[in-house]
Amino acid sequence: MSTAPQPKQGTRPVAIVSFAQAPTQRRIEQANEVELLMPVISEVYAQANMTKDDVDFVCSGSTDYLIGGPFSFVTALDAVGVWPPKRESHVEMDAAWALYESWVQLQEGDLDVALVYGFGKSSLGDLQRILALQLDPYTMAPLWPDQVSLAALQAQAMIDRGLATEEDFAGVASRSRRDAMNNPNAQVANDLDVATLLKEEYIASPLRRHCVPPLSDGAAAMILVAGDRAFDVVDRPAWITGIDHRIEAHAFGVRDLATSPSTTKAAHMAGVGEGDVDVAEIHAPFAHQEILLASALGLSSATTLNPSGGPLAANPLMAGGLIRFGEAANRIMDGTASRAVAHATSGPILQQNLVAVLEAAS
Amino acid sequence: MAEPTEVYTSTHVLEYPYSRSVGPVIGAFLTGLREGKIVGIRGENGRVIVPPTEYDPETGAETSGFVDVGPGGVIETWAWVEHPRDDAPRSTPFAWALVRLDGADTALLHVVDAASKDEVTTGARVTAHFLDEGERQGRIQDLCCFQLEETS
Repeated sequence: MSTAPQPKQGTRPVAIVSFAQAPTQRRIEQANEVELLMPVISEVYAQANMTKDDVDFVCSGSTDYLIGGPFSFVTALDAVGVWPPKRESHVEMDAAWALYESWVQLQEGDLDVALVYGFGKSSLGDLQRILALQLDPYTMAPLWPDQVSLAALQAQAMIDRGLATEEDFAGVASRSRRDAMNNPNAQVANDLDVATLLKEEYIASPLRRHCVPPLSDGAAAMILVAGDRAFDVVDRPAWITGIDHRIEAHAFGVRDLATSPSTTKAAHMAGVGEGDVDVAEIHAPFAHQEILLASALGLSSATTLNPSGGPLAANPLMAGGLIRFGEAANRIMDGTASRAVAHATSGPILQQNLVAVLEAAS
Repeated sequence: MAEPTEVYTSTHVLEYPYSRSVGPVIGAFLTGLREGKIVGIRGENGRVIVPPTEYDPETGAETSGFVDVGPGGVIETWAWVEHPRDDAPRSTPFAWALVRLDGADTALLHVVDAASKDEVTTGARVTAHFLDEGERQGRIQDLCCFQLEETS
């Protein structure tokens, strides 16, 4: 019988045992957040042959700024049911950080099963304006810089440093959206070569339209189980054997934008380099960021990057990072990978980075 | 399930109807802008941080000692916007840029005015241009843009 691998951090092995997501779309008008989540939550329970009675802890990731109302995550609890009461928490971050909080909770030892979910509808407002509000409120936000222009500052820094070219960016976009043709949950899937993509106009040079993620509405959910009980749920649980979160300075004018020391540090702490990585799901909303992050994570060319198509194919805010963890876990659970890396980012221009190693039991 | 025929929508305006103090460090920066100058602050290893922060962004140590920087500086990286958004600081094409001001060790995000993308390069020298004294209000927009220095 398999035994759970001992994690680098903490003392208690925790595994992802099921994952579900709503097919990502540009605009979902016929369902509010609760209605968007309900089928996803149902599916994640069904996969695990569980009900909400099996869950000890619930944690979600979302942002009030999208829906434009305070405590919107409380409303979303209708999707999981609020009676009888559960231990519950929420992060105003991508739901990958709700996974991280749940992982910490499960280390305490008195809880065994956690439900994690995230949701975001970018279609409700002007995402560029909303995301400008995460910048410094005195020195940056009053200028209303949009996230595409800010990402372009980083892409230009990479070009100036000789780390990548516009052809490289197009290569990432071409491959990602071609891979997305096999992902029924993807929003943008097509087969366009680099030469075709390079004919597109710039949105903010050096970024053309293909370098930029789609605006997406979506939701995702996941169940975590601590200890050997995970083997009762699924044949190949995706064990979280290392996990770490690091943050860059808030003001990106003090950073070297062509590098990501926080990712490198988190990858080291999570043990990314301590074995071969079969597949990595990288939360790189902009094409150049996949190149930057793959390097910062220390991945070799032997690692398959974002076979789901990644955020360039579907990018629901607040769920996109959790989806990276879910897609990586699916590769473990379906047997196509033995060791995977999942990455999530938050904040302007890759300010925060969360890295985990997922492994099958040997 | 019946196909919905009508989607109900409503306009929702979210406001935070309070004001707050900017404190002694950002306050000094904004006051400096009103006076037509840019100030930074010394971090732990003597490096000058612009815009100034109350703590060193790398070590968390308290910062101290304001330093005047600029008005000249160098473009560290930039992004040309051919079709500005309605809320952009310019209605005509411009560049966003991170500018390292003379005397500073970090970069400030702002706008570079240029006639075309071809004029902007990393490493190009720029100079801060302010609104007229009567128009300045102690905010980042008092610095209206950076302009490329004449090269000859």
